[in-house]
Amino acid sequence: MPAVLSPAPTRPPVSVVPVRTLALRRTRLLLPGVRQLRRVSGLAAAVLLWWLGAVQGWLGSTTPSPAAVWRAGVELVGSGEYGHHLLVSLERVGRGLLIGIPLGVALGLAAGLTRAVEDVIDAPVQAFRMLPHLALAPVFIIWFGIGETSKTMLILIGPVFPLYINVLHGIRGVDNRLVEAARSCGLGRWGLTRRVILPGALPQILVGLRQALGVGWLTLVVAEQTATTSGIGYLMTDAREFLRTDVMFVVLVTYAVLGVLSDLLVRLMERRALAWRRGFAGV
Amino acid sequence: MSVSPSLPAYPGVRVRGVTRAFDGRVVLDRVDLDIAPGEFVALLGPSGSGKSTLLRIVGGIDTGAEGEIGVPGKVAVVFQEHRLLPWERVWRNVTLGLDGGRLRERAVAALGEVGLTARADAWPGTLSGGEAQRVALARALVRTPELLLLDEPFAALDALTRLKAQRLVEGLWAEHRPSVLLVTHDVDEALLLADRVVLLGDGVVAEEFAVGMDRPRSVEVPRFAQLRRRLLGGLGVDTGPDQIRTGKGSE
Repeated sequence: MPAVLSPAPTRPPVSVVPVRTLALRRTRLLLPGVRQLRRVSGLAAAVLLWWLGAVQGWLGSTTPSPAAVWRAGVELVGSGEYGHHLLVSLERVGRGLLIGIPLGVALGLAAGLTRAVEDVIDAPVQAFRMLPHLALAPVFIIWFGIGETSKTMLILIGPVFPLYINVLHGIRGVDNRLVEAARSCGLGRWGLTRRVILPGALPQILVGLRQALGVGWLTLVVAEQTATTSGIGYLMTDAREFLRTDVMFVVLVTYAVLGVLSDLLVRLMERRALAWRRGFAGV
Repeated sequence: MSVSPSLPAYPGVRVRGVTRAFDGRVVLDRVDLDIAPGEFVALLGPSGSGKSTLLRIVGGIDTGAEGEIGVPGKVAVVFQEHRLLPWERVWRNVTLGLDGGRLRERAVAALGEVGLTARADAWPGTLSGGEAQRVALARALVRTPELLLLDEPFAALDALTRLKAQRLVEGLWAEHRPSVLLVTHDVDEALLLADRVVLLGDGVVAEEFAVGMDRPRSVEVPRFAQLRRRLLGGLGVDTGPDQIRTGKGSE
């Protein structure tokens, strides 16, 4: 029995963007550890320059040498102060990201998978994104008090936008021909989302995650500069009162290390999740 | 996959008065086409003649057409590009969308039919063009389709690989006997594989005839040359009576 076809409503064209870039990978044989050594060498050179500059006085009398910073760090860790403040800060960031990341992903998914949702929420989210969220700090203190809530809210808001944008953009970038083929294999809406759209968007989602973590740390710095008596940000403000530049540098180094560690975490996730990718790895 | 799951499936293919327009430009104009169960039909036409559109309508991919379509319950499509998911292993690509147990076993069996058992766990990105297209063929075969839709599946392959792939498809068709609709712009390919050739032009079926040659076919028999001349004429390519062709196709 023949079926009757009726014309479907015309849909706006979906932009087709290649999901992966193919390029030659020139594999050179390197001695084991050479790449790691090269990675460390840049950092070592920077520390060496810092140390030389401090000792020779090129950086002025207020810049502590790496050795002085190390001593201050050891002292802070020994007294238990450092551990206490670091834990408080980690908790703040953790709490903010734990809500902010899922929120950003959820908004991006909703907008990416359902056009109606995108139409409704995209404009307000974009408008809100243009607002530097750090400028909200004073407002949040008035709204949520000087306690933890205002800090959590501030840290929560920052990561939402990079994730929203990257999830949405990642989904829009999934090759429509793959969607078509998967549909012809009998995949339904849920199957398409799980096996085609989400994996296709994943590289871009991970880029968003990287940016979100960066924003999270940045917001922590601002959130801890006012109205607090704990956290590594407080350690910094407190050290400023006593002109303890060595302690201030301990905090600065801590920020750097935390940032590098979270980036490393995402990179590990990328390596696991994107094993199928064969992108350009440099020469 | 049928056009509407509530309707009983139709054995073979029945197309009646199918019309398709894009932005007011009519691509298919009341096209009729029948494919008997187990029949191999090649749909030939110059580029832009609507042959791929007709395949997409039959396959339920293009849902913007008007007219009547009857297709069997199980339809599988192989596209010009392999369209494998780059983030799924080969065997997971083959069983994409299938339910039930022993999926890997079924995938490996289908890969065996296209000679790629060894690549079951490879990433699609590591396959050659010919291998990827054979995986796409395995992905279609594993569904035991009653109708196999081939949308220029060999067009992106090099000449040697194309010949092998054509022979592979012919063998698989002979073994499993699905109805086949092959869209191609390659006259030789149509004459080598199809029971019947349908020539599409200006949105209507311009000509159709049975090929009527024994298999396996050779391009060297007189009837082949005669049919090719006729088809090329239908496609608007003028060929002299004694022109000797050596290339693969007829673009």
